[in-house]
Amino acid sequence: MARRWTNRLTHADVTPKSAFLNRRQLLASGMGLGAMSIAGGLQASETLEPNTFEQITTYNNFYEFGTGKDDPSKNAHKLQTEPWSIEIDGLVETPVTMTFDEIASSFETEERIYRFRCVEAWSMVIPWNGFELADLLDRVTPLPEAKYVQFETAVQPKNMIGVKRGVLDFPYREGLRLDEARHPLTILATGIYGEPMPNQNGAPIRIVVPWKYGFKSIKSIVRITFTDEEPFTTWKDLNPREYGFYSNVNPNVDHPRWSQATERLIGGGLFNARQDTLMFNGYEEEVASLYDGMDLTKQI
Amino acid sequence: MGLADRINQSARKLPTWPLYLIALAYAAYQFWLGLSGVWIEPINTLERQYGEAALILLIAGLTVTPIRMYLGINLIKFRRAIGLIAFFFLCAHLLVWALLDVQSVSRIWADIVKRPYITVGMVGFLLIVPLAVTSSNSVIRRMGPVAWRRLHQLIYPAVLLGGVHYLWLAKGFQIEPVAYFTVIVLLLVLRMKRLRQWITAPRST
Repeated sequence: MARRWTNRLTHADVTPKSAFLNRRQLLASGMGLGAMSIAGGLQASETLEPNTFEQITTYNNFYEFGTGKDDPSKNAHKLQTEPWSIEIDGLVETPVTMTFDEIASSFETEERIYRFRCVEAWSMVIPWNGFELADLLDRVTPLPEAKYVQFETAVQPKNMIGVKRGVLDFPYREGLRLDEARHPLTILATGIYGEPMPNQNGAPIRIVVPWKYGFKSIKSIVRITFTDEEPFTTWKDLNPREYGFYSNVNPNVDHPRWSQATERLIGGGLFNARQDTLMFNGYEEEVASLYDGMDLTKQI
Repeated sequence: MGLADRINQSARKLPTWPLYLIALAYAAYQFWLGLSGVWIEPINTLERQYGEAALILLIAGLTVTPIRMYLGINLIKFRRAIGLIAFFFLCAHLLVWALLDVQSVSRIWADIVKRPYITVGMVGFLLIVPLAVTSSNSVIRRMGPVAWRRLHQLIYPAVLLGGVHYLWLAKGFQIEPVAYFTVIVLLLVLRMKRLRQWITAPRST
């Protein structure tokens, strides 16, 4: 475990349900929201509590298993996760293939309680278990011209109803600039709430990049490829105006079809109030410097 | 007596008022589901349930004429109820969107102006308002059948806009909106005069 970034939230923040119901009321009263938008950043996350395991595992986007939010939890049991391995290739000195078991036994996991902001303007707070992606990337020596990494999700047409229907150009692919990939907030997650990663959440291993829209946090990965140019990414290829390569959470840049200024935190019921979306999803202090000199309204 | 005649005969005996009751019960039940916590994201789900019910009913209303024309089954006595109930679900859909989803007057306006799929949906709704208002027998009498029928042709662009609204809000290629849109286009094509004449024309064999 690299410990480059210390999680100020501990297991004690995984609040029992009875306690967080009271806190929700406090938040809903507006006091909480006000304090949050002033303090921003990590302070905000300390006033939040994770969503329930049920919410996290039954409200998902995983188009390989259908486009409905409840489709992945119904269909993802078919995902074949054994055996599983990840190939690390592209612009590296020696490509390697690691089995999931090798990976799981090589890296010690820690809990990371992150905000998760979907591009569709809803959000959750999720207690991931994982380790920093940088630790895995350190297993290979990239060539000097490597600037990006591309990730690829498994394709199992027989087991994936969305792949059969051709909802997207599968395999699903995502990518990061190398410095984003090596950022201590970027993790490979293997579990939620201390449980092995549920299939619908991207078993057995997935990326989590908490300051970007959720679709960048690619699930069930089988390949990591180092490249010198910006790699193909699935949503950008489908609609570059709507889904940029960076896709940093940004309340000031709207999705062409809806506003990104506010979001709805899942779990507040039928009368749930919207809350302000935070720049970089509340991780501005940690990641803003990655984008120094960039016009984030143009390079979306 | 043919099957169509038998259906027509029993349809004549059926009252239309239960349709309104069923619609109200369905709408109330969906609202209760939203309150009960069975849906992880109740606001979005309720919004979709009402919107989808409205679209299905609008499509059902469009099938009445082709069913009579091509199958000889006359369900015209139910059409007003179908249309009014569709309007009721559109209002419910709009209220959930404005009050529970968007939650602010300025954002409602911004969405209508800036988001094309919402603009399209709103225009479709506005086209249907005069149709709902002119649905009573007394208004039909006052307007006269020709003017009334001409006004009610607004339903064609309105349903088409409803289909576009659904198609446009989807991410990626999704089956349901494409299916609804295809059915709407087919139902509109079936109304084209030439096609109608060609299908129903007596042919020498």
